Amino acid sequence: MLKIINLHARVEDKEILKGINLEVKAGEVHAIMGPNGSGKSTLAEVIAGKEEFEVTEGSVELEGEDLEEVAPEERAHKGIFLSFQYPVEIPGVSVTNFMKTAINESRKAKGLEDMPANEMLKLIREKSELLEIDRKFLSRSLNEGFSGGEKKRNEIFQMAMLEPKVAILDETDSGLDIDALRIVANGVNKLKSKDNAVLVITHYQRLLDYIVPDYVHVLHDGKIVKSGGKELALELEEKGYDWLKQEASV
Amino acid sequence: MDLKDKLISSFMAFENNVDVDHPVHDVRMEAIKNFEEKGFPTKKEEAWKYTSLNSLQKVDFSIFPKEENALEYKDVKKYFLHEIDTYKIVFIDGIYSSYLSETTHDGVDICLMSAALSKPMYQQVIDVYFNKVASKDESLTTLNTAFSREGAYIYIPKNKMPRKPIEILHFATGNEASLMLQPRNLVVVEENAEVQIIERHQSLTGNEVLTNSVTEIFAAENGIVDYYKIQNDAPTASLIDNTYINQKNKSVVRVHTFSFGGKLTRNNLNFYQNGEYIDSTMKGVTILGDKQLVDHHTLVHHIEPNCESHQDYKGIYGENSTGVFNGKIIVDKIAQKTNAFQQNNNILVSDKATINTKPQLEIFADDVKCSHGCTIGQLDEEALFYLQTRGIPKKEARALLMYAFANNVLATVRIPELKTRINKLIANKLGVNLGFDL
Repeated sequence: MLKIINLHARVEDKEILKGINLEVKAGEVHAIMGPNGSGKSTLAEVIAGKEEFEVTEGSVELEGEDLEEVAPEERAHKGIFLSFQYPVEIPGVSVTNFMKTAINESRKAKGLEDMPANEMLKLIREKSELLEIDRKFLSRSLNEGFSGGEKKRNEIFQMAMLEPKVAILDETDSGLDIDALRIVANGVNKLKSKDNAVLVITHYQRLLDYIVPDYVHVLHDGKIVKSGGKELALELEEKGYDWLKQEASV
Repeated sequence: MDLKDKLISSFMAFENNVDVDHPVHDVRMEAIKNFEEKGFPTKKEEAWKYTSLNSLQKVDFSIFPKEENALEYKDVKKYFLHEIDTYKIVFIDGIYSSYLSETTHDGVDICLMSAALSKPMYQQVIDVYFNKVASKDESLTTLNTAFSREGAYIYIPKNKMPRKPIEILHFATGNEASLMLQPRNLVVVEENAEVQIIERHQSLTGNEVLTNSVTEIFAAENGIVDYYKIQNDAPTASLIDNTYINQKNKSVVRVHTFSFGGKLTRNNLNFYQNGEYIDSTMKGVTILGDKQLVDHHTLVHHIEPNCESHQDYKGIYGENSTGVFNGKIIVDKIAQKTNAFQQNNNILVSDKATINTKPQLEIFADDVKCSHGCTIGQLDEEALFYLQTRGIPKKEARALLMYAFANNVLATVRIPELKTRINKLIANKLGVNLGFDL
């Protein structure tokens, strides 16, 4: 579904991704772990199409299509979703209105009419129940004054609304207490199917107790230095990242 | 003949038509003298550094319209806040239109300045308030005073509130090749009284219009005034708005200025806090393109202790437009415990747009809280990326961010239908359908 081949990316003169290879198939959950500054968030943003980064070599493919020339919004229309580590506040635009805009822009790109209002309301109700979000929350300005947990829950709510093929969760566990973590993870698990894939980016293994990965990859200095099953996450939790850094530099 | 000379000679003709025994006669005479002496302000004056009136002075403006012009309501309906019932004071080319207006004397006076200036029953109010807070020194204000005859007269007695908001509308029909208008408004709100006013100037053709307006507002103890200025005029219309506000103890006056249109707009907004526990609020949204210019000059004079002032002006400048924000706050030595806040944030969406922003604080008291901040920037790239990853194309994402930037100024608009209207104007001005009902 998502295929990353020898991906190199840099911002200005600094090379951050130095040859990443990764294949995520439909129905799979992959976790990308690694120390701060290893390039995890950059990888997520490059997949989503952030223009600040220049891809110097390699490619990102979604269902066989090279995304090189594809704008972030078009990637979204094709089924890529990025849950942000720090979601942006948009005062004056309610969660509901924001979702209406996003969904209808996506439909417009596919040549569809706007979603009828009653259908939209039904969808919003259904998906907000999934994330245990109450109605008052939906009329608040997007992310403005939201707690860390509310922001992340709102990210997954958006994911639920947009039904992406590949969802990338960038540090979704940061800033969450245990209850919020459980709700968010539950939401992700319910959205998971054999037709979509999830890429979980995290520093700690905690989230992976709830969203159980099929594969774990360790990123260090812009490269994947180790891949394995879910037990690798536990090993990292126990030993830290230093042993891998040493291994990689040998 | 230049505009100044023309105005001075027109004054003689104007005076011949009015009652010279009336006390206001002397006020007008004094005023024209001041204007004659000072003339139009030039860019040499600090307060007019960025705004030139030179080209306007070359236009051969008609000072008095030749005839009464009529308009059909259906043709101008969209300029009214027609979603709700309002009192209306409507002028066509400077002349009162009884047909389009809805005035009242039912417990409150919502009527005409010309009536107030000539009828004995209003004499007492005119004696106490007329030209009492307006500057006797500033040349454009005195020019207006000299020609003051018509405008809105609003008097709200103690403990009263009109049943509905008041709209003051000025239409220019274009029957004159170029027209100068000088409306004069007086708003008096007595103790515990309240009023909501919406003012709008609208030119209906591409002919040149220059409006030099003066509004005096008096808010007595516990009085509440909400004044909304909608400046979305035609590209050939210019406006100089001089508003003077005198507040007494515990009064609240909020002025919102929405500037989206016009060629040149100058807002001189002056608050004088003559009492304690006063709240003065000034908010503005300015969205410009083309070669438009909007110049906001605000003044808050904190004269007594324990008062507050809040200023929040947001501007979005595109193409070759120019914005000016000059916010002056004076805190007198005895005005302890003053809270004065001022914020001016601007986004430049074009390399050729300009904003000049200047806070001017003169604080003579030592126990005060004053803050001011101004920012000039571009749209946040991270926010833009966030919206794009949700499938919103760049153009729409930019508009949505600009909308969000301007929108939070609207929180204090107390007429919901007006808020909706302004939201739509903002969305229109930004040129996009935001994909949801505003």
